Amino acid sequence: MRLTRVLVATAATLASVVALHAQQVTFDRLQHPEKEPQNWLSYSQNLFNQRYSPLTQITPANAKNLELQWVWQSKSLEKFEATGLVVDGVLYTLQGPPAQGVYEVVALDAVTGRPFWTLEYKPLLEARPCCGRVSRGLAILGDTLYMGTIDAHLVAIDAKTGKILWDHMVEKVGEKATEKYAITHAPVVIKDKIVVGIAGGDLGVRGFIGAFDAKTGKELWRTYTIPAKGEPGNETWSGESWKTGGAGVWNSGAYDSETNLVFFGTGNPAPDWDGRERLGDNLYSDSVLALDADTGRLKWHYQFTPHDEVDYDSTQVPVLADIQWEGRPRKVMLWANRNGLAYVLDRTTGQFLLGKPFVRVTWMDGFDPKGRPIRIPGQVPTPQGSVIRPHVLGATNWAPPSFSPRTGLFYVAGWENSGTIATEGKFPGATGIPNGTPMGQATLTPNFKKEEEGFGIIRALDPHGLTRKWEFKMNDITWAGVMTTASDVLFSGGKEGYLLALDARSGDLLWKIALGGQINSGPMSYAVNGKQYVTVAAGSALFAFALK
Amino acid sequence: MRAAALCSLLVIAGTVLVGVQLFAQHNTAQDIDDGGRVFRNTCANCHGPDGDEVAGIDLGRGVFRRAKTDQDLVQIIRSGVAGTAMPASDMPVAQAEQIVAYLRSVAATKRSASGVGNLERGKTLYDGKGACGSCHRVNGIGARLGPDLSNIGQLRRAVELETSVVDPGKEILYTNRMYRVVTKDGATITGHLLNLDSFSVQMLDTKEQLRSFEKTNLRDFGFIDTSPMPSYKDRLNAEELADVVSYLVSLKGKVN
Repeated sequence: MRLTRVLVATAATLASVVALHAQQVTFDRLQHPEKEPQNWLSYSQNLFNQRYSPLTQITPANAKNLELQWVWQSKSLEKFEATGLVVDGVLYTLQGPPAQGVYEVVALDAVTGRPFWTLEYKPLLEARPCCGRVSRGLAILGDTLYMGTIDAHLVAIDAKTGKILWDHMVEKVGEKATEKYAITHAPVVIKDKIVVGIAGGDLGVRGFIGAFDAKTGKELWRTYTIPAKGEPGNETWSGESWKTGGAGVWNSGAYDSETNLVFFGTGNPAPDWDGRERLGDNLYSDSVLALDADTGRLKWHYQFTPHDEVDYDSTQVPVLADIQWEGRPRKVMLWANRNGLAYVLDRTTGQFLLGKPFVRVTWMDGFDPKGRPIRIPGQVPTPQGSVIRPHVLGATNWAPPSFSPRTGLFYVAGWENSGTIATEGKFPGATGIPNGTPMGQATLTPNFKKEEEGFGIIRALDPHGLTRKWEFKMNDITWAGVMTTASDVLFSGGKEGYLLALDARSGDLLWKIALGGQINSGPMSYAVNGKQYVTVAAGSALFAFALK
Repeated sequence: MRAAALCSLLVIAGTVLVGVQLFAQHNTAQDIDDGGRVFRNTCANCHGPDGDEVAGIDLGRGVFRRAKTDQDLVQIIRSGVAGTAMPASDMPVAQAEQIVAYLRSVAATKRSASGVGNLERGKTLYDGKGACGSCHRVNGIGARLGPDLSNIGQLRRAVELETSVVDPGKEILYTNRMYRVVTKDGATITGHLLNLDSFSVQMLDTKEQLRSFEKTNLRDFGFIDTSPMPSYKDRLNAEELADVVSYLVSLKGKVN
């Protein structure tokens, strides 16, 4: 067995008996998390990715009384990007492995933070993902947890014992860059399938999305994010560039049961900053794909950034919402993209309804009637470097946003920044935020920024017109996600290491605490015995807060 | 790019590129500044701020042995020289061009307007008449408010040091900007900024006290665009100025 795993039984096992005998997590439970607001069953709380907790104990009036309940410290110093799951008093989370090290997957008592079990899982040494040895979360179905790994394995774990049930190699990782497949996001559960996407687009893999049998790990369907020769869309790649064109998938998807569509965003085309050898629109890079969940067949797509040369991955989590649109109910998809634009799409048809910059954007100016962005000439990387907004790291990146059905607002964490981007086929030269931490490496460095040098933001957008309702500025950038609650409290954070509670209606600061480490994850909330908790990872530790 | 790699690269560049005039380009002042920053950060540890620290190599004269054009220099900076210790680098073309622009600007300016001074007299002036140690620190001696000068001779050219002495406000390095806060009760505190975040300011004030402020308790806060350092233009004569600059150029120690 190629796995190295250590199961750590703890004294907390006896205390766990009641919790671990709770009901299995059926797919029906995953589809209706509103019936059990005490739990957090999916990466972004529900399959619509709204990252909205129905809990109301913590309010704008009492948020100032939040205090620390417990801390769980990971051994790994990798970026802690995961959002945990909470099922009936048990919190499951994981932390990515350091070089030559192991994943830590843990089941914690959600009240005390003490571990029921710890699973250590060692990925292959050949695994060298481009941008961090991270994982953004787990999925659960029945009594089984699902984990994607940086060596492109999908692993099923017994949620009660931490033992591995099966370990399926989704794709073989090799020594070549184009063989550096990885899975870094939380899997998506759809009925009896586990759906994951493949990362590695920056290294030139050909991305794909796959569905796997939840019981056995057997692959049920696979849809490449780049069409093969003879398939529609392949003509948007010059020569043989489609074979190594990237379009990786490295963030979680959404699911709409009414249409049985699963939605995933795709990453940039490869090579990132030099499009001369991949002329064309490069479908379906930088797109959202709507796939039939049973077959993987592509139903529709929308490409946010045709022929991207700036690395505007569109791997933000799709956020689904049912809203009033021009006087009638409409099922939409909300999207704040790395390219600086926010979008409203009809999620049933893929129709472009609205697009608008949510930060300063210099690469495009408006859309044609079909929703294709109209480029500004010259705003592309050159050998000498071009100043482009947003910067290569984007206006927002992977950090999950939130939609509150109560306020009707779409909340996005990101930053205002520009950068000099040079075509070299490698990581571009960049200016902008001095001492910025590329790709969010977990360090706290003193900063001396003036506002004009760049700043982080949390912005509340009204989907109708994508107008800004309020913003909260941060001195530094942010890689933190956003969560809202049914009591209109918003939680987020940033590179400075503050966990923030804001009034979701006004953006006013309600409470803050410095956690001593950069926040690279999305906050989440749950309740046990009538007490609401909020957790967030900062540095390499997970912190839990509740009211005094 | 690793500093050592570029240093090695420029050592070779200086070795083999002699005798060719650099051609003029249309570089902006920003290009030259940026190039100087890159040069100081990545090259000056080996070549010195004037590019003449390595025996037999002088990058600051504007003449090279092998390069015929600026682009040749860019190529050498990026590609290295086969069979030598100078490796290739992944430095973008634009950045390499800025280094070349900087080197050309170095060649176009005098090393020091006041000539070569006496190092020992310079130290005496630094410690005495200049009272430089009341703000600056050298090898652990002196105040902490101003920039630590222990290795300033490694970082700055003589002409730049001379400018800083006579016109301190002409160029203030990014990290040397002074900061000022005004509390709600009207107290003004200035000092060296140590950290600035969304909610707070940490600084070393002029009394060398570590101070931390919540922004909500401040009436005003921000960078000071002027230098607190007095000009020595009328305090030192030309000979004394040359002596002080010579002393500063000699400071090539390690900053703790």
